[in-house]
Amino acid sequence: MDSLDQLSDFLRQFWGLWLMLLFLGIVWWAYRPKNKDRFKDDAMIPLRDDETVEENDNGRSS
Amino acid sequence: MAHGAAQGARADGTFYVEGPVRLFVLASVFWGIIGFTVGDVIAWQLAFPALNLDLPWTTFGRLRPLHTSAVIFAFGGNVLFATSLYVVQRTCRARLYGGDGLGYIVFWGYQIFIVIAALGYVTGATQGKEYAEPEWYADLFLTVVWVLYMAAFIGTILKRREPHIYVANWFFLAFMVTIALLHLGNNMAVPVALMGGDSWTKSYGLLSGVQDAMTQWWYGHNAVGFFLTAGFLAIMYYFVPKQANRPVYSYRLSIVHFWALIFLYIWAGPHHLHYTALPDWAQTLGMVFSVMLWMPSWGGMINGLMTLSGAWDKLRTDPVLRFLVVSVGFYGMSTFEGPMMSLKAVNSLSHYTDWTVGHVHSGALGWVAFISFGALYFMVPALWKRKSLYSLKLVSLHFWIATLGIVLYITAMWVSGIMQGLMWRAYDDLGFLQYSFIESVEAMHPYYIIRATGGVLFIIGALIMAYNFYRTIKGDVAEGAQDSVPATGAAVGAQG
Repeated sequence: MDSLDQLSDFLRQFWGLWLMLLFLGIVWWAYRPKNKDRFKDDAMIPLRDDETVEENDNGRSS
Repeated sequence: MAHGAAQGARADGTFYVEGPVRLFVLASVFWGIIGFTVGDVIAWQLAFPALNLDLPWTTFGRLRPLHTSAVIFAFGGNVLFATSLYVVQRTCRARLYGGDGLGYIVFWGYQIFIVIAALGYVTGATQGKEYAEPEWYADLFLTVVWVLYMAAFIGTILKRREPHIYVANWFFLAFMVTIALLHLGNNMAVPVALMGGDSWTKSYGLLSGVQDAMTQWWYGHNAVGFFLTAGFLAIMYYFVPKQANRPVYSYRLSIVHFWALIFLYIWAGPHHLHYTALPDWAQTLGMVFSVMLWMPSWGGMINGLMTLSGAWDKLRTDPVLRFLVVSVGFYGMSTFEGPMMSLKAVNSLSHYTDWTVGHVHSGALGWVAFISFGALYFMVPALWKRKSLYSLKLVSLHFWIATLGIVLYITAMWVSGIMQGLMWRAYDDLGFLQYSFIESVEAMHPYYIIRATGGVLFIIGALIMAYNFYRTIKGDVAEGAQDSVPATGAAVGAQG
């Protein structure tokens, strides 16, 4: 336990670095080629609800 | 598809909770007009001090918080409630958690809070903290309302049929969580009645001195960052794609935009306290983080504007889209100006002058109000099941009158603010101050009149919008308006 406490105290000093790595990880995840199609599909979410619900398209389809 | 199952349920238009959303829309128009009007009254008071009427309730000092709270929390707040509850149901393809009942409780709870707070301001009950003026009893009441609001929103996300949580909901969520945190953090206060005092309305804050100042501006700047920015960016990420009928330019950029904003914004508060008792390192920290905010701000602006890429012609024919897109332009402009003003060298000229007021209003009128108008123009026909707005010509008129008002406002404040700053720091040959303070006040006079005139134009625009909504809800369509409805069609599904 004691050594774990020491380790955590030591690592906590570099919190700025950990947050930076977390952020860079998010950027990597977002721009990973593997995820490209998935995000393209997610971008369509607000537009997809027009498919089924006519009254929600601001009346422009009629 | 999971969301296909709800198709039948939604066809009759009763699937989504819309009653409370309609009320929030009406409340935003109502409070907007009141908030703009009070703002213009105090603008005229600055030009002609006799308009203070020598009554305590109508002095600038009491009306100014009434104006800021009415436009930020009553107008902006109701727009955020309306849009968040509208968007979360549609992007999650789920009915609002808590149904109509919880929606109405949140609606009336929030309106009661607004009235309690406003009555406090005019009668002199205030914590004296900018944008956090409501006293302890109003703060506690708002906390309850806010928790119910978050329950409705998060509950809807939890029961969503759409597997992915759309980015607009992330921004809405960041707004709710951060505002809860800021509200609790900055309003820690003890009512004097508990300590043997004789007033039930007065309280004293837990912190004092520079700690109090830093907490206040941690609150104040993040209210700008998460109430007036994150919340309205959520509106951008839903309503710009909807109105333009094309997906956001880059969904990946929107993810980076979100997290960059979250990581950076919370540190920028100290730039409100340059050259004060705040330690120098903290001031510099605030300045550096403010400058770094350029990146997410412009990333977001590019994402919003480029959504129009390949469809710029729609701006010519669709005044609703024009509101939305021009607001994103104002967002880029005022978030360029903000970090620049947070540089200590620039701040030494701009701080305490009208330049700050002009900067705030290019963001508040150009960004927040314009994107709100765009979203309201989108939602009114959709919520009241009308084929179109009463008149797109009136939308266009509103747009140009309001834009002219903003231009008059911010240019007058730039000139007046920079002049004010230069007059305060001017020395003569012998090292004496060249101008007395009252001389700088006198020099402001023409600019105050121009600014207040700009405000009048902005109010006229809002009244045109209210009339347009009244006729739309009544079911009227202006002659020839049908032809000018942009033929964006509903063939979007094909693209996906």
